[in-house]
Order: sequence, then structure tokens, then C-alpha cells
Amino acid sequence: MHRDHDEEYPVRHAYSTPTTRADGTRRALRVGLGGPVGSGKTATVAALCRSLRDRLSIAVVTNDIYTTEDAEFLLRNAVLPPERIAAVETGACPHTAIRDDISANLEAVEDLEDEVGPLDLVLVESGGDNLTATFSKALVDAQVFVIDVAGGDKIPRKGGPGVTTADLLVVNKTDLAPLVGADLEVMARDAKAQRGDLPTLFTALTAPDGIAPVREWVLARLDAWRA
Amino acid sequence: MSTHPAPPPPPAPAPAPGGAARAALLVLADGRFPAGGHAHSGGAEAAVRAGGVHDPDSLEHFCRGRLRTAGLTAAGLAAAATAGLDPLVLDEAADARTASPALRATSRKLGRQLMRAARAAWPGPALDALAAARPRGAHQPVVLGLAAGTAGLPPHDAAHIALYESVTGPATAAVRLLSLDPFAVAAVLARLTPDLDRAAEAAATAARAALHDGVDALPAASAPLLDLAAERHARWKVRLFAS
Repeated sequence: MHRDHDEEYPVRHAYSTPTTRADGTRRALRVGLGGPVGSGKTATVAALCRSLRDRLSIAVVTNDIYTTEDAEFLLRNAVLPPERIAAVETGACPHTAIRDDISANLEAVEDLEDEVGPLDLVLVESGGDNLTATFSKALVDAQVFVIDVAGGDKIPRKGGPGVTTADLLVVNKTDLAPLVGADLEVMARDAKAQRGDLPTLFTALTAPDGIAPVREWVLARLDAWRA
Repeated sequence: MSTHPAPPPPPAPAPAPGGAARAALLVLADGRFPAGGHAHSGGAEAAVRAGGVHDPDSLEHFCRGRLRTAGLTAAGLAAAATAGLDPLVLDEAADARTASPALRATSRKLGRQLMRAARAAWPGPALDALAAARPRGAHQPVVLGLAAGTAGLPPHDAAHIALYESVTGPATAAVRLLSLDPFAVAAVLARLTPDLDRAAEAAATAARAALHDGVDALPAASAPLLDLAAERHARWKVRLFAS
């Protein structure tokens, strides 16, 4: 059942992003995760799901470039039941699907809520893309940009909309820093210069509970969302 | 009443009588109109894999075939929706004219996406009623025709847009899939315009006839190879485009 009809025209969730459901409760917080190929976006999503699924109702929308690889990884690793994972096809352009033409993603989010019931958190993962990829504000409430130390410690200095404007910058794979000659202090300093007061977190998802910093950030956003 | 981050958008100005809203045609036909088309190749990805489309000339043949089959059929449905035929009857007529289940699903998915964008751009009771009757999506040409009418465009323009979309999707996809010379592909589209104009005229004429004779007067041209290829394409494990 589409909830659209109970709301009075022209105020409806059909084309905008109202912050409450038809029954007046706060809808799910939508968090977008973008970043270059291989930086650990899907691993971050999987770790967040494992870490939060017992206390929150979560769903995931993936935007793969040309496969359903990311959705299948999440299914194979059983981080969530299959009905909580939806894959959007992007015509080779994930940045278009998350920023310029968000209709397929909005429908995926709405369908998930219609099918599995009220959600607390929806994670919208972009396929690996370039440093300019950002999410539309009509699709997500907050966005995380995931880079990794192995992609080169110059990425924070290069900036770009993803690095400079994301609500959270995650620098992943810190355990690899000594192996690839990446200087974490330089990355932190460059990120600070590019992002001002916006937060940057360093993670090593291979470590026990390596997702903890990101999880705490998401929970803080959720508290603020519901306040 | 819900709280919103922003007030609802103001409605678009009322269209001029007699369908004189020319610029609305450009907005609705623009490939950047956010209605989901960017993720679809109009059968070009399957045709490229099969070897049927491999250079600008073969792309032109493919697009000419689409104009005369799937494009013409979509244009007739769109023009009829603009002309005032019952959209639910047209929605069934679209089902009957789309042999491939994969293409029927694609058409409804794109119809739902277009509905969202069209209701934001040109809100109106006709679109609201169809959205309520088909919450999972009406067929895209029917939504297109209603949107065109709401924007003040005549049936002929709706037919033009449907036909234009039926060739620009494959053309853009072929550029991405085959790294074709983009100027050569622009020239292909330019060469197709007389055919496109003729097909739009035929679709609009059929829509006028359908006002009296019913939906059986609308074009029902199909392309069996497109249907078969769409069914196979929908089962591919790895693909760049959704259809």
C-alpha cells in the first residue's frame, strides 16, 4: 500500500522528502555512503549493519555501476535479511542516480519501508565513483565519504565535493598505512584544511569493532534526527 | 499535517489555451529531466552484444526500426493520453501492445519515475488520479501523455517526445558502450528527424481516430527481436543498463 493518498495535495512524499510519515512519526534517517572504488564502502555498510541490526530496524539500497555485486556481497554475508536490501541499476552512472535523477533511489527507499515496515535507518550506498560524487539532499539526510589510505594519502589534499562537503569523511584501512607509505598525520591535516569543522574519522575495519567510530557518529546523527 | 524541510513547490503557471506552451516541450523532452531514463538503453545494450549495432550506420538502422515499432506504438499511446482518452484504458492497451514481460515491467518502472518528476513540475488532478490508481506505476507513454497535456502541450508534441526518447536512449547508450564518435551519433539523430516527424504525425492522427474508434485505432507495431533481446538482457548477470 502506497502511503501517498492519505496526505493532502500538494503536500506528499511522492516527489519531496518530508521528514515525517503519514502517521506523524519521524521517518527513517537516510545516510548516503559514497567514495572511490575499493575504499571500503560496502565493508562499512556491512559492519554498520552487523553492529546496529539488533537495536535498529535497518535497510540498505545499493547503486552498483554494472553488476549487483555489492547487494550480493551483503546478501552472501547475511548482514541483513534479503527483504531489507534493494539494488538500484544506474546505467553506468551512480553519481546520476544519487544526485541528478534520484527517482529510482527514492522509490527503492519507499518500497523498502512499504514492504518491511517502519525503519530507523536507511543506508544508501553509491557505487564506487570519482571524487566529485555527492548525494542529493532530497535523497539523504547525511552523507559519508569513504576513502582509504591505500588510494594515496594525497586524496584529502586534492579535495573535491565528496571530500570537502560530506558530513563525515572516513579514512579507511589505516592498518595498511605503513605498508603503502601513507602518512596519517598528513591526511588528517589536509582533511582539516579542506573540511574545517566537519568531522574526519580513521578506521581499520579489520580490527575488532573497527566500525565503532562510524557507528557512534551514526547513532549521534540518529539522536539528533529524532530530537 | 507533515512537517517539511521546505515548503511545497509552487504550481507551474497555467498553460496557455490551445497548447501554446512551447518551452514545456523542451523541459519534458530534455534527457536531463529526472525521470530515470539515464539507466536504460532502449535495447541497445542487447543489440550491441548481439553484434547488430556496432557503428553509426548500424545504430541508425536500429533507431529507425525503433521509430517504426516500439517508438510509434509508444507515441500513439502518449498522444491518446494527451488527447483525453481514459488513461486506465490506455494503460491496458499498453500492456496488450508490449509482448515482453521484462519490457512491461520496465515501462511501468519508468512510468512511476516520470510520474514523480511530472507531478513536481506540473501538478494536476489528472496525474494525481492516475498515480492513485497505479501506485506501482502506469506505463511510461501514458504518464508522458498526461504530463504533456497538464503542461499545456498538444497530442502531437507528446508523440514527438515519445519518439525522440525512443532513439536518444539507444544513441547515448551506444556512445557509452562502443565509444562511438559522439559527433557521428549526433549526425545519426539529425538524419532520423524526418522519419521522427512522420511517425509523430501518424501517431497523432491515430490518437484523433482513437477518440471515436477506441484504442484499437492506435498503432500496435511490435519488434519481436527487441522483445526477445529484452527478455535475455533482463537475465544477464553483468550489464551496464537496466534495459
